[in-house]
Amino acid sequence: MGKASSLRNYVPAGANPIRRLGSRYTIRLWVIRHARSFEWVYATFAEVLLRLHWMWSLIGYQRVERPVVFVEKQVKQLLFDCRMCGQCVLGQTGMSCPMNCPKELRNGPCGGVRANGNCEVEKDMPCVWVEAWRGSQTMIASGAIQTVQTPVQNNLRGTSSWLRATAESAAQKERQS
Amino acid sequence: MSKEIDEDLSNPEIPLPQLPGHSSRGRLERILRRGEFAITAELNPPDSADPTEVYNQGAIFEGWVDGINATDGSGANCHMSSVGICALLTRVGLAPILQISCRDRNRIAIQGDVLGAAAMGVNNILCLTGDGVEAGDHPGAKPVFDLDCMSLLETIRVMRDEGRFLSGRKIENPPGLFLGAAINPFAPPYDYRPLRLAKKIEAGAQFVQSQYCFDLPMLSEYMKRVTDMGLHEKCFIMIGVGPLASGRAARWIRNNVPGIHIPDTVIERIEAADDQKLEGKKICIELMQEIREMEGVSGIHVMAYRQEELVSDIVHRSGVLKDRRPWRKEPNIGDDHLAISGIENPDVIRD
Repeated sequence: MGKASSLRNYVPAGANPIRRLGSRYTIRLWVIRHARSFEWVYATFAEVLLRLHWMWSLIGYQRVERPVVFVEKQVKQLLFDCRMCGQCVLGQTGMSCPMNCPKELRNGPCGGVRANGNCEVEKDMPCVWVEAWRGSQTMIASGAIQTVQTPVQNNLRGTSSWLRATAESAAQKERQS
Repeated sequence: MSKEIDEDLSNPEIPLPQLPGHSSRGRLERILRRGEFAITAELNPPDSADPTEVYNQGAIFEGWVDGINATDGSGANCHMSSVGICALLTRVGLAPILQISCRDRNRIAIQGDVLGAAAMGVNNILCLTGDGVEAGDHPGAKPVFDLDCMSLLETIRVMRDEGRFLSGRKIENPPGLFLGAAINPFAPPYDYRPLRLAKKIEAGAQFVQSQYCFDLPMLSEYMKRVTDMGLHEKCFIMIGVGPLASGRAARWIRNNVPGIHIPDTVIERIEAADDQKLEGKKICIELMQEIREMEGVSGIHVMAYRQEELVSDIVHRSGVLKDRRPWRKEPNIGDDHLAISGIENPDVIRD
């Protein structure tokens, strides 16, 4: 079986599988090596978005959805090979996007990881969860990887998880006050 | 509660009463909770619509194992469904372990199957992620992976304990199930594997069965961390073993089946032997005897793919059951003699 045909079931966001064969996952792996910095960047960014909650609700969350999705997609695709599942859990997976796993596992590595730490299905890709474990250990919230993730809500695919997280934490803040 | 209850069963079709503190009415849970060393084995699912093949294989294991795993398209190859096999096994009183893999079905189908299987008398479910479709005979199939093993465990646990589906809708009579998961101490990231077991226990795993073990030092390192974390007290840990048919088969398995680690020393030992099949069996028996003594291990899971007829002999010669004999419908004359002779002469395997 050819290299390309073994990947026919695996189409990461916006990237053609043939073209991806040339990819060495450089940026993704760089981000995971700097998971601790990105944890801080993400926390700060979430705080900024939350402070702008008044603006989002003034314009209307639904109306800002499309432009935010556009920006989010470009940024996250570049950095994490994001697949826009709409329910970002990067903070709990060592900044390694679990949707890049061919089985889309969100709760840890399967038993098929190769002895060299590469993926069972795509043998030239480092296992997303081997990287996630490495990344998580450099982060402040290093225990977050143990959170049991609920199944993906497929109806949220393609929506902005930035806006959803912001709206949720704003609602939570209101409940508390 | 006395031992006789699950061994003196006049009618195999009548479910056992559920004991206090148990989550199922099954024999496997009773044996493990009683502190006995348990044995399970894997059934090779037929490529056939004939039920007698399942019954014949069940009969091979009867009296030697406490649970029979019915695989769910193992290695992404198509076979008789695990629900079908389990339903057949319950008809003759055997205790099946239903394997559910997340590769082929979504959350709607899986939850329906859980209820259906429980209604057929299945008491044990093993939650798996499943091999990728690329590994099997239908590489063009659509991989589902709607849930993963962890969310599957939690889904079934909620169905059982809270009596509701993933959607929150109520289940009138929740299924009584003993929930299992798989572990693989022999794949990277090695230092995360014990934590992964902890996560599975948190999600609902009550017992775990491991991938094939051929590397004892690696296993004891894993078990040491697991016992340090106290995980063996929250969950019954069963270690997977199996006889290797030949050196060539071992090399093929190592290169083609995902997640199986076979050290070179094992393969070299088999290749150096005159009778490679016998040597594979000896290695399996020796592994079982050493695993039996390891702290925190509650049982052994024998996977003798296409060598199922060897299981009874392997279990018998290893002597890991001591003088206990798992449930069987009718005890055979001579069983007692067989069970005792194996312990007194552990050297018989070297004849």
